[in-house]
Amino acid sequence: MLRAALPLLGLPLVGAAATEEPTQEPGSPGEPLPGLVLFRWQWHEVEAPYLVALWILVASLAKIVFHLSRKVTSVVPESCLLILLGLVLGGIVLAVAKKAEYQLEPGTFFLFLLPPIVLDSGYFMPSRLLFDNLGAILTYAVVGTLWNAFTTGAALWGLQQAGLVAPRVQAGLLDFLLFGSLISAVDPVAVLAVFEEVHVNETLFIIVFGESLLNDAVTVVLYKVCNSFVEMGSANVQATDYLKGVASLFVVSLGGAAVGLVFAFLLALTTRFTKRVRIIEPLLVFLLAYAAYLTAEMASLSAILAVTMCGLGCKKYVEANISHKSRTTVKYTMKTLASCAETVIFMLLGISAVDSSKWAWDSGLVLGTLFFILFFRALGVVLQTWVLNQFRLVPLDKIDQVVMSYGGLRGAVAFALVILLDKTKVPAKDYFVATTIVVVFFTVIVQGLTIKPLVKWLKVKRSEHHKPTLNQELHEHTFDHILAAVEDVVGHHGYHYWRDRWEQFDKKYLSQLLMRRSAYRIRDQIWDVYYRLNIRDAISFVDQGGHVLSSTGLTLPSMPSRNSVAETSVTNLLRESGSGACLDLQVIDTVRSGRDREDAVMHHLLCGGLYKPRRRYKASCSRHFILEDTQERQDKEVFQQNMKRRLESFKSTKHNICFAKSKPRPRKAGCKKNGVANTAATNGKSPGDLGFRDTAAVILTVESEEEEEESDSSETEKDDEGIIFVARATSEVLQEGKVSGSLEVCPSPRIIPPSPTCAEKELPWKSGQGDLVVYVSSETTKIVPVDMQMGWNQSISSLESLASPSCTQAPTMTRLPPCPLAAEEPQAPLDPRPSFAFPPSLAKAGRSRSESSADIPRQQELQPLMQHEDQSHLSPGTASSHWCIQFNRGGRL
Amino acid sequence: MGSGGSRAAQVPDADSIRRETGFSQATLLRLYHRFRALDSNKKGYLSRVDLQQIGALAVNPLGDRIIDSFFPDGSLRVDFPDFARVLAHFRPVDDEDTGTRDPKEPEPLNSRMNKLRFAFQLYDLDRDGKISRHEMLQVLRLMVGVQVTEEQLESITDRTVQEADEDGDGAVSFLEFTKSCWEGLGLSWHFLKEAIYISWREDGSSRRSPFRCQGD
Repeated sequence: MLRAALPLLGLPLVGAAATEEPTQEPGSPGEPLPGLVLFRWQWHEVEAPYLVALWILVASLAKIVFHLSRKVTSVVPESCLLILLGLVLGGIVLAVAKKAEYQLEPGTFFLFLLPPIVLDSGYFMPSRLLFDNLGAILTYAVVGTLWNAFTTGAALWGLQQAGLVAPRVQAGLLDFLLFGSLISAVDPVAVLAVFEEVHVNETLFIIVFGESLLNDAVTVVLYKVCNSFVEMGSANVQATDYLKGVASLFVVSLGGAAVGLVFAFLLALTTRFTKRVRIIEPLLVFLLAYAAYLTAEMASLSAILAVTMCGLGCKKYVEANISHKSRTTVKYTMKTLASCAETVIFMLLGISAVDSSKWAWDSGLVLGTLFFILFFRALGVVLQTWVLNQFRLVPLDKIDQVVMSYGGLRGAVAFALVILLDKTKVPAKDYFVATTIVVVFFTVIVQGLTIKPLVKWLKVKRSEHHKPTLNQELHEHTFDHILAAVEDVVGHHGYHYWRDRWEQFDKKYLSQLLMRRSAYRIRDQIWDVYYRLNIRDAISFVDQGGHVLSSTGLTLPSMPSRNSVAETSVTNLLRESGSGACLDLQVIDTVRSGRDREDAVMHHLLCGGLYKPRRRYKASCSRHFILEDTQERQDKEVFQQNMKRRLESFKSTKHNICFAKSKPRPRKAGCKKNGVANTAATNGKSPGDLGFRDTAAVILTVESEEEEEESDSSETEKDDEGIIFVARATSEVLQEGKVSGSLEVCPSPRIIPPSPTCAEKELPWKSGQGDLVVYVSSETTKIVPVDMQMGWNQSISSLESLASPSCTQAPTMTRLPPCPLAAEEPQAPLDPRPSFAFPPSLAKAGRSRSESSADIPRQQELQPLMQHEDQSHLSPGTASSHWCIQFNRGGRL
Repeated sequence: MGSGGSRAAQVPDADSIRRETGFSQATLLRLYHRFRALDSNKKGYLSRVDLQQIGALAVNPLGDRIIDSFFPDGSLRVDFPDFARVLAHFRPVDDEDTGTRDPKEPEPLNSRMNKLRFAFQLYDLDRDGKISRHEMLQVLRLMVGVQVTEEQLESITDRTVQEADEDGDGAVSFLEFTKSCWEGLGLSWHFLKEAIYISWREDGSSRRSPFRCQGD
């Protein structure tokens, strides 16, 4: 069987495949048996996908190898290396199979390899930059490409007339124009590959790259028109055909753009409704973008333009609609696909070049083409730039022009187009193929190699990497608005006027229509920057720490001296990260019996000290939602705890300035701070309370500890879960608290005795990090739908990214020494620096989440918005209730 | 511009305004027509109401502040020279001037510093040369379009002020403001040239192109 398969393999299996496969096979057991076949070799059934996978694998491995050496990749662009690799592989294939087996098929290229690259570039295109320079980009893309095509074609024809091209090359003016049209277009793939490594300034990059993307329409039209003219024969071309050619330019480009925008609209609209099926969001993005590409291709419109517009148009809305994880997925998948496609393209380009049967060499043509494309590119750039500079505020200087001329790389698009030519209609096809290959190789390898030193030598302004700042964002917006306003005053309908109009329109109608209501409400660029800054800060804090996930670092630094620092810093921190994603439910335990408070303390002690809750099985598993597994969650907890400590130390260093600064400010949040302070004080009080109640209290503590541990162990046995504070114990405690509460808690009018379920959720241990759902009670767990768990997990992850310390209170709590309270108590509520400033609203958000599981995703999305209203009526409540306790205690004293 | 001269005669004090603002004759004439068009009952000056009538300004979050900038020191009317003077901030910077300009002469209105100062004054409501935290909060309230809570807004404000504040006085001075503009935006002087610039043609031809843009 094996031997039978080998000859079959021989043909298609060459190169990498051929060398790998046979060596593996002898090892595999499986001699053919008569009768029942134990082992069957079915190469043909898997041949095509297998080869595809192998090629991609080879390309990826090659990429890894290239990047092993930083030296090589810093000098030689990856695209060059890939082309060279392709040449080598092609040579091997040729040597083994005696005929060139693989090459870049135009069909494959246009249908599979090009779309990911274009989508990637369109989706991540800096749209503001693009539109700011749209005039220049369009000029270069349309006029420049036309100019290149016609001048190159005509000049080559002139060269032939002058007898410098061998007479074997049978081509007329139309043939040369056709060739000129396909060779003239700057190639997005090549430009991207080379320019991504040369960090020229953004304006320059967007002009060259934007041109390479938008010139597709021109290329397509020119190519098609010339091709059909060639096929018709020059004699049959009539005047109307020229007119049609011009008209088709508009049809193809505007049609392509329209198709892209329609799909962008559809895509945005679809993602608006994926709230419950988050998992398919990334897929939708790719599917609809690909559909746009195929639709445009089907209607023979500019497919590149369609995908570019689709990516460009949908991004804002899609990003707002899809979940954070989907966003990351989209980003990574897009980059992976694009990089993969790019790799394969360049490798296949190299391989294709080996196939000498396809091409015929003519030095005159090759050299002439090389010279002309460089010369006319440069000339065209200079001429256009001269015209554009009359209008541009910031003129493109000479150095920019040099880079732009030199950066006009040709690539796989030209190659695929030349392969598509019909040999019977274009007799000189082989010559054209050879010339195209040389041109592509020259531009990618020679120009690609030299452009970096050139840019360095010319001292082209590089792109500056600077951190986004709130000021930047704010000023940018302010300037925009100022300019729009002044244009209004002057009555001049210029660029700013139209952008302002568009933004108004977008805000009023489009965003309303295409964004989820929750997403629409929190969608703002300044807010986004703020959010991202917070994430960046969090990450940098972690980076500073070095050893992040060591659970040994979890021991609580219970030094009283650090207390105040920690308190203020946490407050400040929360104020800063006040996105409302602070999920600390501790805030809720506003009023409890002493017993409850002790339990709370105990809980936090256990939570912090006895950290190692292990759940040994997963309660549910769903294909539609990604649930974090236990390990991940535990890591996250450790991460959060670590993070919090880093934040504290960081803030305390920085805070010295900030705090002094913030003090004299008129605080509108004064009342909030107070409320929060009181809440915090309540928490902080409990250990004090403990000490206050002398021996009996101590015994009580032990009791509760035991109780908890009991429940813990029993639950562990039962449910195989970690430390669980069961609903039973909870409600018991609460009942107890209520019964005995007459002693301790003065029933303030604000205190509504919480129903058991409510209390269950409010009690502090229910707020265990991220495990609320699991720990609520075993009954509840059964009821809680998957949605809710997901919502919770999401909020946790968002929390994590915001780096707001969810479990801050635990260590702070324990850090408070159970010292005699007499001195501390009266001043505690007056303490201007509260230990925690958790917005109570969050707690409420958390509660309502667990109350109505159906609403959870919505709640979670609304979360940052909820604070406002909650704040107003919740904090006074907490404040008053707290005072009540204080008072009561005083009485007992 | 043969005919332009005669028409420019309509503009009172055309020459002195031109000298001060640097507007070309034709631009000035255009501005004057606009001024007259805004002046609803031919009073010869503009009141706040006249400017508030411009529809697009009403939806502009900074519209009121920009209108205010036309009425310095609590005055209630703006005549044409003042009108032109304010708008002169938005002429593109003349690069050739910067080196050769007579140091004794006052800086032209369209210099970068003056452009920035104009923007700065939109923030600095009490004109004390500093953007206090409170003022920043107000600007952010206008600019952050979405519904954020007061608390979130405050934390954004804190961060914004902290970012720009270098001397630790809890407010952003003009110097700090300019710095945050350049550093934050990664600006060379070029940007300022671009940033505050209205793309009307200096020669006064009313060519309109929606594609004319900052970069262009």
